[in-house]
Amino acid sequence: METMKLERTKRIRKLAVWTWTWVATMAIATLGPEFIWDNHSFLTPFAIIVNLANGILMILANRDLFNHFDELERKIHLEAMGITLGLTVVVGLTFSLLDQKDLIPFDAEIGYLVMFTGICYLTAVLINTRRFK
Amino acid sequence: MKNKIRDLREQKGMTQEELAEFIGVSRQTINAIEKQKFDPSLPTAFKMAKLFGLPIESIFQFEEK
Repeated sequence: METMKLERTKRIRKLAVWTWTWVATMAIATLGPEFIWDNHSFLTPFAIIVNLANGILMILANRDLFNHFDELERKIHLEAMGITLGLTVVVGLTFSLLDQKDLIPFDAEIGYLVMFTGICYLTAVLINTRRFK
Repeated sequence: MKNKIRDLREQKGMTQEELAEFIGVSRQTINAIEKQKFDPSLPTAFKMAKLFGLPIESIFQFEEK
């Protein structure tokens, strides 16, 4: 069990590192062109590519952690992912439609959808975990 | 699916943590199986049957919902 816990901790740390570096590279790629390198023709696409590569590594670290889950944890997370995917598509398209028809006083930015996805996944995991307690 | 995991585990004097370690799952999974909130996979059921020295069908009883 100790080995299992150590392996789990190692994978969680790896995922945390890739997630935070992804967030950092996203911030650099977003703000850098304006505030750091004055829209340099090479640095802007380079920062975006670094962010994309970092994102892919974050996904691989997440898959690695998922593959270490036991059968109940997989069930909990798979159900949460299914609910999150469905809600993100449905709510995302409704949100976009509301923006297109000028029924909301602000733009339907992708950031709102990312936040919604995160909150939805977290809530679904918590509810599902409780169900099996 | 009904099961006798809790009784068998207690007869063996094992804790949920120890059984989880032997089977290779988390303690929460053992707890969910014992409370019949979660049906284990076939490999997990076989591991339990091997540990308790009983055939699978005497540990798990299928019931129509």
